[in-house]
Amino acid sequence: MKLLTTSAPHVRTEDSTRKIMVDVLVALVPAVIAATYFFGSSAFILVIIGMVSAELIELFIMRVLKKDKEFVSNGSAAVTGLLLALNVSVATPWWVLLIGVVFAIAIVKHTFGGLGQNIFNPALTARVFLLVSFPNAMTTWYNPINKFFGTYPTDIQTSATPLAVLKLEGFSKAAQDFAPVDLFFGNMGGCIGETSTILLLLGFAYLVVRGRIKVTIPTAYLGTVLAFSWIFYSVNPERFGSPLFHLLTGGLMLGALFMATDMVTTPMTIRGQALFGVGCGILTMIIRYFGGYPEGVSLSILLMNAFVPLIDRYTQPKIFGRRNA
Amino acid sequence: MKLLSFKGGVHPPEKKLTKDLEIKKAPLPPKVVVFMLQHAGAPAKPVVQVGQQVKTGQVIGEPQGMISAYVHSPVTGVVKDISKVNSSLHGMAVEAITIERTDDDDWELLPAVDYEKASREELIDIIKKGGVVGLGGAMFPTHVKLNPAKPVNTLIINGAECEPYLTIDHRVMLERADEVLQGIEITRKILGVKSVYIGIEYNKKDAINLLQKKWDGKVTVAPLRTKYPQGAEKQLIKAITGKEVPSGGLPSDIGIVVQNVSTMLAIKEAIIDRKPLIERGMTLTGEGVKENGNWSVRIGTPISWIIENLGKGFSDGFEEIKILMGGPMMGIPISLIDTPIVKGNNGLTVIRQQERNSTNCIRCSYCVFVCPMNLQPYLLDLLSRKKKYDDAVAIGLLDCIECGSCSYICPANVEHVKSIKLGKKVYTALRGGKK
Repeated sequence: MKLLTTSAPHVRTEDSTRKIMVDVLVALVPAVIAATYFFGSSAFILVIIGMVSAELIELFIMRVLKKDKEFVSNGSAAVTGLLLALNVSVATPWWVLLIGVVFAIAIVKHTFGGLGQNIFNPALTARVFLLVSFPNAMTTWYNPINKFFGTYPTDIQTSATPLAVLKLEGFSKAAQDFAPVDLFFGNMGGCIGETSTILLLLGFAYLVVRGRIKVTIPTAYLGTVLAFSWIFYSVNPERFGSPLFHLLTGGLMLGALFMATDMVTTPMTIRGQALFGVGCGILTMIIRYFGGYPEGVSLSILLMNAFVPLIDRYTQPKIFGRRNA
Repeated sequence: MKLLSFKGGVHPPEKKLTKDLEIKKAPLPPKVVVFMLQHAGAPAKPVVQVGQQVKTGQVIGEPQGMISAYVHSPVTGVVKDISKVNSSLHGMAVEAITIERTDDDDWELLPAVDYEKASREELIDIIKKGGVVGLGGAMFPTHVKLNPAKPVNTLIINGAECEPYLTIDHRVMLERADEVLQGIEITRKILGVKSVYIGIEYNKKDAINLLQKKWDGKVTVAPLRTKYPQGAEKQLIKAITGKEVPSGGLPSDIGIVVQNVSTMLAIKEAIIDRKPLIERGMTLTGEGVKENGNWSVRIGTPISWIIENLGKGFSDGFEEIKILMGGPMMGIPISLIDTPIVKGNNGLTVIRQQERNSTNCIRCSYCVFVCPMNLQPYLLDLLSRKKKYDDAVAIGLLDCIECGSCSYICPANVEHVKSIKLGKKVYTALRGGKK
């Protein structure tokens, strides 16, 4: 009989990084269903390409470049690949997505040290990288096809996203083109995974039930967007658009619920997470109102990612039995 | 029922396999090994010689210095050896007296005292002579704790028993409630306090109901939410009184003294039965031993003897096993199987190793949310491993109570507590022992 000497505690949860990643993947299933319904089979193919290529690239990096013979996938690359795929237009060619995935996994994640070490959200960084590298492919939008695994005709007309209409033609035109119920269910042009608020919320609810998410961030983020847009809306409704419109359009839901809550690139304390959410909200609205792009979710989250070490430093919890932090 | 609690904590599987088993008296062991250091403070000094006959309860070690304790012979027999013995528990070789039992108990009792008439000082003196120390695990000499430097107004009895597997305090409360109450009344008199609470986790509902009935009007029973580490002194005080023990301070700084249930029993036995602390209750449990149970055993009984005779041996089919002094959350792994049990030993948990590999921290922040001391375990782990001890101390390295909630909950299996413990040791050593 060998008597073991290991450090306490001697029991652990059955939890693991892989289980967390699987939960996130499950939570994104409704968004994938929405993508497949609104944008047809091409969208589904993009999702598969994103996930599979991300896993293969990570496997190659870990096994061949980092010489980790025992590496087994933990699913984090699949999450990144899936999120990136959900963040492109259905008009994006598969090879553009592939370039984005390579950038996300190889550059954004692994040059910083791999899992848990990256400062910026890999999927979002890759999206912005693609946006500046392939501006045409990334900003060509089609209207929804509204048929599971449907295919677009070759002479498909491009369309404008609600936020672009608001920016270029004002709120009365945008409100006329897009009924709130369509916005809520996701019947509008945009990235394949960002349009359906209700299905994104459904997946998010799953993560909340499973205790997988920093709930403070989306609450603060969406709350700030509401407050901010309400103030501006009361000043100039035609130019700035209604709070509800801002809440339901663009990448806000996907960003606030699934990207701003990425564990690795967000603060560790409740106060820090609240601050992070508020910062994301303010930056998003500033970019939407005054920036060159109609949408600012990706950029604002990335900017806030850069502030995380600073936020963590200044929002340390008050230690038990001490007067102040 | 309103359940009290604290912020943070975890809820590991309770596995109280022995909660319905009565405490049985273990047969007397043929040999005992009694450490001279089984209390916080300075080791006791042996006052017997090799070859000398000793009685049960006879003093064999005398305290040295302010914080120290008497040590008594747990059996009647002959002193066979006085030398340093390697101890997994202390992490070094510690002086111990080996006694071979020659006979049944021939008692040498403590001085008699009428506890209703005796003065505070007389009572404290008997407790000191009885070698009573805190039986929750910290083994702080009780006579020192009952003489706090600051005025005290509240006594809290710790019946939380939040460690998985362990059930001895639970059984003591059920089976020996009247004696525990006598111990409490003596302690209350010594401290001169009016309000006395007992905190019990809600998974021991039978004990809560029983004591509420039996102790009505004397001790306030505080039902606590079943959550680890509810029985940690600071968390217990917070749950019951809402007060926080100042960082680096003692409960007496805020007018509170906390005592374990079993310590109350030991005080009663010393004062009323005139028996020094040579025997205590402990839980022998875990899938690694054939028979689980609650036992009253003599201090100094070797673990090997306990497993062989009380547990009837290791379970079949185990090649590797962990013997823990204490429960699975904070227990100390024993690698020398002849290590004897000590006064603070509330249980032996024999379990298999859980397979685990540490992977990268993914900043899930679970550790921050479960830390009962409101620390940032992920950062303490990082700074300790990078040997940045001053930075780690600045964010609370020394405030860590080593409860292990962070490592328990971590999905990446990061060994926070291991690096924090090591960090504390190195930091203290580098400062020449000054904290």
